[in-house]
Amino acid sequence: MRRRHALLPLALLALTIAGCHKAKPDVGAPPTQTSNPPPPPGTMPPPPPPPAATGDAAAATTARLAAELGNVIHFDYDQDVIKPEDRPVLDAKADIMKANPALRVRISGHADDRGSDEYNLVLGNKRALAAKRYLENKGIDGSRIDVTSLGEERPVDPAANETAWAKNRRDEFEILAGGDRLVAPR
Amino acid sequence: MPAFVCLIWFPAGTLRAQDTVRVGITYQPGVRPGLVVLPAPGLDSIQAIVARDLDFSDRFEVIALTQPSTGGGGSGTQPLNYAFYRTLGAGLAVELSPATGSFIRMRLYDLAAEKIRGEVTLPLERSGVGESRMAVHGLSDEIVRLAVGQIGSAATRMLFLNNEDKRIWRVDSDGAGLAPVSPAGVAAMSPAWSPDGGRIAYTQLSRDGGKPIVIQTLGSGTRTLLPLKATTQNITPAFSPDGRSLLFAQMSDAGVALYLVNVQDLCCVERVTGGRFAENFSPAYSPDGRRVVFVSTRAGGQQVYSMSADGTDQELLIPFDYGETGNSNAPEWSPDGTTIAFHREVRGAPQVWTYDLSGHRAKQLTSLGRNEDPSWAPDGRHLVFISDRTGRRQLFVLDTETNRTRQLMTPFSARLPAWSRRLVRSQ
Repeated sequence: MRRRHALLPLALLALTIAGCHKAKPDVGAPPTQTSNPPPPPGTMPPPPPPPAATGDAAAATTARLAAELGNVIHFDYDQDVIKPEDRPVLDAKADIMKANPALRVRISGHADDRGSDEYNLVLGNKRALAAKRYLENKGIDGSRIDVTSLGEERPVDPAANETAWAKNRRDEFEILAGGDRLVAPR
Repeated sequence: MPAFVCLIWFPAGTLRAQDTVRVGITYQPGVRPGLVVLPAPGLDSIQAIVARDLDFSDRFEVIALTQPSTGGGGSGTQPLNYAFYRTLGAGLAVELSPATGSFIRMRLYDLAAEKIRGEVTLPLERSGVGESRMAVHGLSDEIVRLAVGQIGSAATRMLFLNNEDKRIWRVDSDGAGLAPVSPAGVAAMSPAWSPDGGRIAYTQLSRDGGKPIVIQTLGSGTRTLLPLKATTQNITPAFSPDGRSLLFAQMSDAGVALYLVNVQDLCCVERVTGGRFAENFSPAYSPDGRRVVFVSTRAGGQQVYSMSADGTDQELLIPFDYGETGNSNAPEWSPDGTTIAFHREVRGAPQVWTYDLSGHRAKQLTSLGRNEDPSWAPDGRHLVFISDRTGRRQLFVLDTETNRTRQLMTPFSARLPAWSRRLVRSQ
C-alpha cells in the first residue's frame, strides 16, 4: 500500500504530460510504471509494452485492427507482383503482427476465371506466397503465416467483365489465432 | 487423306432398288456405312438407346425408318428384305429380339452380302433404365466392334465438377445417368478415373486451407486420403495405367512439383520433378505408363513438357514461340498413344488442340467461344471438353475425325471433365 501511494503522484504527472499531447484513440489506461532501468551503454532502450486496453475501447481496437488485417490486396492479370498501392496495406498488417506476437494469419490467393482452372490454383498460391514473402521481409516469422489457394473457386463477383475480374484477383487475410485481443502498434 | 464422297439424287426410274441413293457429303475415313436399327417390339427403350449410341459413335450414318414394317425383320423370325434396306442407303442392319429368359439377341446383318455378320446374346434388363443402361451401351460397343472392328465408347461415363455445388458428378456418354459422386458440402476439383473405372481420385478443398487428395471407391463410396501432411496443397491427380500409383502436384513455398505415391499400399511418396520457383502440374501418363506429359512454367508461361515416369529426361514436348504462342494447359495422352490433346490460348480464349507425336504437328480443333480441358474417349477419336459457346460452361463431345460436335446437357455449369475407360468388358 505504501508503495502504491508513493507512485501515485508520478502517475498523475504522467497523465498530465500525456494530456498535453494529441491523444491516440486506441490508447488505453495510463502507464502504471513511470521509470525504467537505464539501458546499457550504446544500446537503445527497449520499447515500452503497449498499453493494455480494457472494456469497450479494447474491443473497438481489436475490431479495428482485425478489419485492417482483413484488408484485401489485388493483382494484375496473371501476375503475382505486389502493387505499389498495396504495400502500405501489407505494411500495416506487418506492424499489427509485430505488436501481437501471438497472432497467426492465413493468406488465401484467388484468381479470375480466365486462365486454366488448375493453373489458377497455382496462380492463387503464388499470389498468397508473394504476400507472405513481403511480410517475412518486414520481419514477420513465416511460421506465423499459412498460405492457401482457392484459384477461381471463390469469386467475389461472378460477372465476366474487367471490373469483376479485377476484384477477383486478390489475396484475402484471415486470423487463425491470437486475434481475440489485439493491441495497436506504436 | 480421308476421302469425301458426294452422292447425287437421280430422277426416279433411273436407278434400281439396290443402288445407293443418298444426297450430301459423307466423310469416309475408311467406310462410314449407312445403318438401320430395326424396330424391336417390346424392346423399344433398348432399340432407342442403341440407335443413339451408334449415331454418337460417328462411324455410321444411322438411317431413321419412317415406314418400319415395310422391310421386314426386327422380330427375329421374319426374313429380312435386304434389297429394301439397301434402297435406303443402308449397308448394315441391327436386329434386336427377345431370347430365352431375360436374354436379348442382337444380329448384325451385312445387307450387301445378304448374311449375318455377327450375333450376340446378352442378359439385359429390357427397360433399359438405371444401371442396366450401361449394359445396353456395352451392346452398342459390341455392334461397333462387329461392324468396323474397332472399339466403341458408349459404355463409358464422364466425371466433371459441378460449378454450383462444387461436387464431382458423373454422366453417361449419351448424357443420361446424371448423378453426384463426391460427398455434399465438400468442395472438390480435378477428378481422375482409375484405369479399371472402379475408383476415382480428386482434390478436396478443405476449410483449413489444405488440399488432400481423396481416392473414392465408386461401388462402396469409401473415401481414403493419400498419406500427405494435412496442411499441404495437392492438386491434379492422375492414376498410372496399372492403377498402382498416382502422380500429383504439390504446391509449396518453393514452387509446384510433381510427386508419385503408391496407392496400393498408401505409402512411399516421392518427388519426381525438381527446380525451385517453377510450377509443374497437370500430369497425364502415356498408355504404356513409361512417359508423362505435364504443364510447366519453367520457360515463363504454361507449356506442355514430357518426361520419363521416374522424372528423368524432361523435355519440351509441344513447341511454342515465346511471347507469341498462348499458354497451353490440360494435356492428355490419347489411348492409342499417338496424340496429345490440350488447350491453348488463342487471342485470349482457350481452344482445344491436338498434337500429333509422329508428325510433330499441332492442330486447332475449336474456335467458337472458350473451349478447354479436353479428355479422350477410349476409342481415341472423341474428346469431351468444356465450352461456353451456349452461354455457360457445358460438356461437349467432339469427333476428331469429322469435327461433329454434340452437347451433353447438364442443368448446371460444368468444368474439368474426365472420360472413363470402357466400363463394360467386350464379349
